[in-house]
Amino acid sequence: MATTTGTTRRNGVSAAAPAAQEPREKTKDSTRAFNVTAAVVLTVFAVLWLLPSLFALKTSLTTNSTAALGAPAILSDLQITFGSYLTLFQAGDIWNWYLSSFITSAVTTVLTVLFASMGGYALSRLRFPGRNLVFLLMILGIMVPAQVLVVPTFQMLDAAGLLNTYWAVIFPQVPAVIALFVFKQFFDGLPRELEEAARIDGAGYWRIYRQVVMPLSGPVVAAMAIVTFVGVWNNLILPLFVLSNPELMTIPVGLATVQGSFGQMFADIQASAVLGALPLVVLYMIFQRRIIEGVAGTGIKG
Amino acid sequence: MTTLTTPPPVPPSAATRPDGSPDTGTRVKTRDARAGWLFLAPFAFFYALFLIVPTLYMLITSFFNTSLVRPGLGSFAGFANYAEMFGRADFWSAMWHTLQFTLYTTPPLVVLAFVFAVLANRLKRGQWFYRLAFFLPFVLPSATIGLIWVFIFTPGTGLWPTVQGWLGMEPTAVLADPSWAMVGIAIATVWWTIGFNFVLYLAGLQDIPRELYEAAAVDGASPWQQIRSITLPLLSRTTTLVVLLQIIASLKIFDQVYLMTQGGPGISTQVALTQIAAIGFTDNRIGAASAFSVLLFIVIIAIALIRQLFERNQDRSA
Repeated sequence: MATTTGTTRRNGVSAAAPAAQEPREKTKDSTRAFNVTAAVVLTVFAVLWLLPSLFALKTSLTTNSTAALGAPAILSDLQITFGSYLTLFQAGDIWNWYLSSFITSAVTTVLTVLFASMGGYALSRLRFPGRNLVFLLMILGIMVPAQVLVVPTFQMLDAAGLLNTYWAVIFPQVPAVIALFVFKQFFDGLPRELEEAARIDGAGYWRIYRQVVMPLSGPVVAAMAIVTFVGVWNNLILPLFVLSNPELMTIPVGLATVQGSFGQMFADIQASAVLGALPLVVLYMIFQRRIIEGVAGTGIKG
Repeated sequence: MTTLTTPPPVPPSAATRPDGSPDTGTRVKTRDARAGWLFLAPFAFFYALFLIVPTLYMLITSFFNTSLVRPGLGSFAGFANYAEMFGRADFWSAMWHTLQFTLYTTPPLVVLAFVFAVLANRLKRGQWFYRLAFFLPFVLPSATIGLIWVFIFTPGTGLWPTVQGWLGMEPTAVLADPSWAMVGIAIATVWWTIGFNFVLYLAGLQDIPRELYEAAAVDGASPWQQIRSITLPLLSRTTTLVVLLQIIASLKIFDQVYLMTQGGPGISTQVALTQIAAIGFTDNRIGAASAFSVLLFIVIIAIALIRQLFERNQDRSA
């Protein structure tokens, strides 16, 4: 702490005094050299990072026979064909997978955002007996790894007769504890004056939540919605075990069957990989900032 | 319902109480209580049903010979399932492979993400490009990552052995070789998830005041010195978070193994969760799978607790 205040003060002085200009020249040069090196190194790595995706894209745009010859043939083939995409669209499985993924992701997102924001509102604004116990239980829940619960979850859904329904994928993913805490924290930071005014006007809690609090929560709702949507869309382990009907398979489960069933049709395989990723690429392009904020703000990791 | 009762007139003095609660009348208190539980009810319902109940069920069945093909809990087994796990060679090898995966992925994921973020943060232009390159893969489904990397690692004709040939190296059949398969999974994972750590570090860098760097530059500190004595120490909190999240995520690895090697060749990449799934869903032995799950659970909770303690400590010292 001492060094921090020291340096800022000195900075304040030197910024006002042009005398400090001279020793700066040398660091300016080294800074420029450093920044150029940084740009070069980083760009090399970024290109390296893009290569696998671009290679998959390129493979998906060649014929299966060219793709079977291997990487040199794929890279030197200048022709572009959409044959694999046409094959996949005509076979039709991909449409079912899209539909399943879209329905499960959308419904889970709506339920999670609604229930987590309501719960977050209760924990932030209302004092009630048992609140501390709930709080403690929820904090413990952050640590519970859902993936490890896949076997008992499967059995419960089996007992409830929910296997091979969308609900089997939706229900277990609704209680996202992190979302609850993100909402609570956000509400904690909102000024209470508007709510008090509404309450004096006779509004009940539900109306305050719906008409005062939620309209102020756009950014956090958007961030939580996107993070939830992407998480559910990409979940493999849960739908893998609770959905065995090919017509209900989500994108990840469907893609997991592709490797075996397409054999050596490498262009088709890569085309399905690209199609499975496409909606998320589009989502990223539109909501880049929200996604990054959501991920960085919550520390949600698969 | 409570919303129908008109709220008691609030005396102005109470409305402006400093702690923000407008009234302490018993009527408001019960209204608060009922509303609180009503607002929490939907979330709590799903939370109890899909987090608490499965956790308890896992604990209970770990002490029984529960089977997937017979109804009910089955006969009481005591600690037999646990004893069996500790005696099974494949339990220890799955645990070892999980640790191996953690050891292979954590250092590059932390170090590279730090370097990329620090470098990207210095540059004024092209931020979107670096974010796209490093972060976009993280948003993609693991199944896409699996398909791409299995293809890249195709023995003989894949991109990986081809590039190895160009560089004059002996081409490796990465995923088909027991001593390389986990390395292949680790490479795909580093490529896939580095964006997560990258954005966490970028967020951490935003919190470092620019004046610190300017002041250091005035004092003649080179960029390298600035990184070493300003960035590195001030990001230590982020680094702790990144490392612990990384370890927890690594212990839960399932997707990449399931998609890329199915635990093979042999059992050389069989990890905890794929082994649990095999015991539960292939051998139908829920009790044994639960005992394994509980053991993994304990390890993960222990690390998560370390994280909580650490954060509390840092909050206090901050």
